[in-house]
Amino acid sequence: MSALLEVSGLAVAFGGVRAVRGVSFSVDEGQTLAIVGESGSGKSLSSLAVLGLLPAQARVAAGSVRWDGQDLLALEADELRRLRGEELAMIFQDPLSALNPALTVGYQVGEMYRRRRGFGREQAKRQAIEAMTEVGIPDAARRADAYPHEFSGGMRQRVMIAIALALRPRLLIADEPTTALDVTVQAQILRLLRRLQRDGLAMIIISHDLGVVARTAQSVVVMYAGQAVESGTVADVYPAPAHPYTLGLMAASPSARDGGRQVRPIDGYPPDLSSLPGGCTFHPRCPFARERCRTEEPTLRQVAPGRASACHYAEEVLARGAAVDHAGA
Amino acid sequence: MERQSTTPVLELVDLVAGYRLRQGLFGRRRDVHAVAGVSLSVGAGETLCLVGESGCGKSTVARTVLSLLRPSSGEVRFDGADVTGMSRRELRAMRRQVQLVFQDPYASLNPRMTVRELITEAWRIHPGIVERERWDAEVAGLLERVGLNPGHASRYPHQFSGGQRQRICIARALSVRPRLIVCDEAVSALDVSIQAQILALLKRLQEELGVAYLFITHDLGVVRQFADRVAVMHLGTIVETGETERIYESPAHPYTQALLSAAPSVEDWREQESEEILLHGDAPSPLDPPSGCRFHPRCWMTRDRCRTEEPALTDRGTGHPAACHYAGPLVSAHTS
Repeated sequence: MSALLEVSGLAVAFGGVRAVRGVSFSVDEGQTLAIVGESGSGKSLSSLAVLGLLPAQARVAAGSVRWDGQDLLALEADELRRLRGEELAMIFQDPLSALNPALTVGYQVGEMYRRRRGFGREQAKRQAIEAMTEVGIPDAARRADAYPHEFSGGMRQRVMIAIALALRPRLLIADEPTTALDVTVQAQILRLLRRLQRDGLAMIIISHDLGVVARTAQSVVVMYAGQAVESGTVADVYPAPAHPYTLGLMAASPSARDGGRQVRPIDGYPPDLSSLPGGCTFHPRCPFARERCRTEEPTLRQVAPGRASACHYAEEVLARGAAVDHAGA
Repeated sequence: MERQSTTPVLELVDLVAGYRLRQGLFGRRRDVHAVAGVSLSVGAGETLCLVGESGCGKSTVARTVLSLLRPSSGEVRFDGADVTGMSRRELRAMRRQVQLVFQDPYASLNPRMTVRELITEAWRIHPGIVERERWDAEVAGLLERVGLNPGHASRYPHQFSGGQRQRICIARALSVRPRLIVCDEAVSALDVSIQAQILALLKRLQEELGVAYLFITHDLGVVRQFADRVAVMHLGTIVETGETERIYESPAHPYTQALLSAAPSVEDWREQESEEILLHGDAPSPLDPPSGCRFHPRCWMTRDRCRTEEPALTDRGTGHPAACHYAGPLVSAHTS
């Protein structure tokens, strides 16, 4: 059985740099996949490549993106444009820069219905108000006549979600959807996303925040320096990571829940993508690194049912993670 | 002036500060009190985290502490002396004792200056801290102290990564041997693996040098890791304060309870479906703060009294001060 979205061996070249090097993941209806990584890991480029929205300097160098059986990379630009909105949609970190400050919010939400459904102005507005209500914008009929600057950050992100979901797409890609929001507002948006997922929407959440991922996703891909270094279900990966980088990220994430746990930094800095270290790209920062890691690049391999890790010593890491069990709660 | 060891490095007493706004082109001028009566203190070698959401006034507190903004009323005491009445000269000498590390290490380092120039700049302005013939050795020592290669003193900021630049900012702050460093979202822009490095560095420097931190952040995970004491700020006032573990283990103010329940943490994968306390809507505007308790429009415990009577920040039997008429342990199931 094939998944709704299946990405395999995706590689993206950005300028002269191999920014994404062979990333694979899949998402099913009603499921949320998280792509986790720090800046420069390639997590955003991977998702932009799926939608054909790569910036001008970037191009897909290899791999395939299959959506419901068809190859998205082979589609003509206008076919892909039709699919975006109808079937796949995306929201970004900064909703203010994505909205036109000179047009009312209702008009912008209604645009999807006018352009794609051929609705008249009045009918589009009625639909827009309905869509805004659905994502939890109170008093939508009145608020539809307001401009983006009159909305708070959280309400603007709801507007973006209303626009993204206007044509009832089956997949929503959310790139750092709550990073710019206050924590109490973030909680509201995350709850909305969870509700949408329960209603059957497939989602990809791109985030640097392991806490946000813990609250929303069922499965996770961890990226480092353009590669997927670990993948699996959240319930498998979180308690016992199978890659030293994942283990390090978990230990470095400060927690509001657990007062007993001291954060431990990862030594060193992420590599420069234009001059990657030989062997495993993580080896200069890795506490598990040995001679083999400096020369031989590990490939992502299955280490347990439904789990993969790109580490020569994944089994050892797994055992360590399980032993540490930083759970507490 | 005699200095007692018990005198806090920094003390704010009933601080009111803000901005003058004009509403509309011909509108009236009016004062917006972003900080509406804040009292706090930071002891020598201590870390106080001021935590709150955007618009709560935490950065205005920082600006006032740094004498970048004159308070409308109240006192800013440094080593027991009120700085609001100081002359320019006194203020300059005092400023040396209080340094600042910002969120954005890209914007706060002059791109045309080398690391050496950035660090020695303050020695030029405040002669007498380090003698000129000792500059090179001092720069090297500072760089080493913050984990940078002393041989990189002649490099420019763009030749460093974000985390390294934040280390340069910290070295620069340390160059004048301050007693207090105000960190305004100092680790918020950094990747989590680097953030942990900088937090560890700040902690080590505190142990070595006894410097105190007023650490301003919105990140509740960072606070729990880093703070000795916490002050939770909401709409210009402190709603709860106390020792970090006390606040996290038994928050007494509904706003703190909501904040802590909303903060996503690595451990949350265990109970993805558990419902956090959800506040309605957004924080009210400081332009038009609500009557009575400023939190009442978003609070699930609001009663009539809360709409009219502003609660004082006092201990109502919870072991630490909280500004809520009904402060107490979290009772389950007030999720909306």
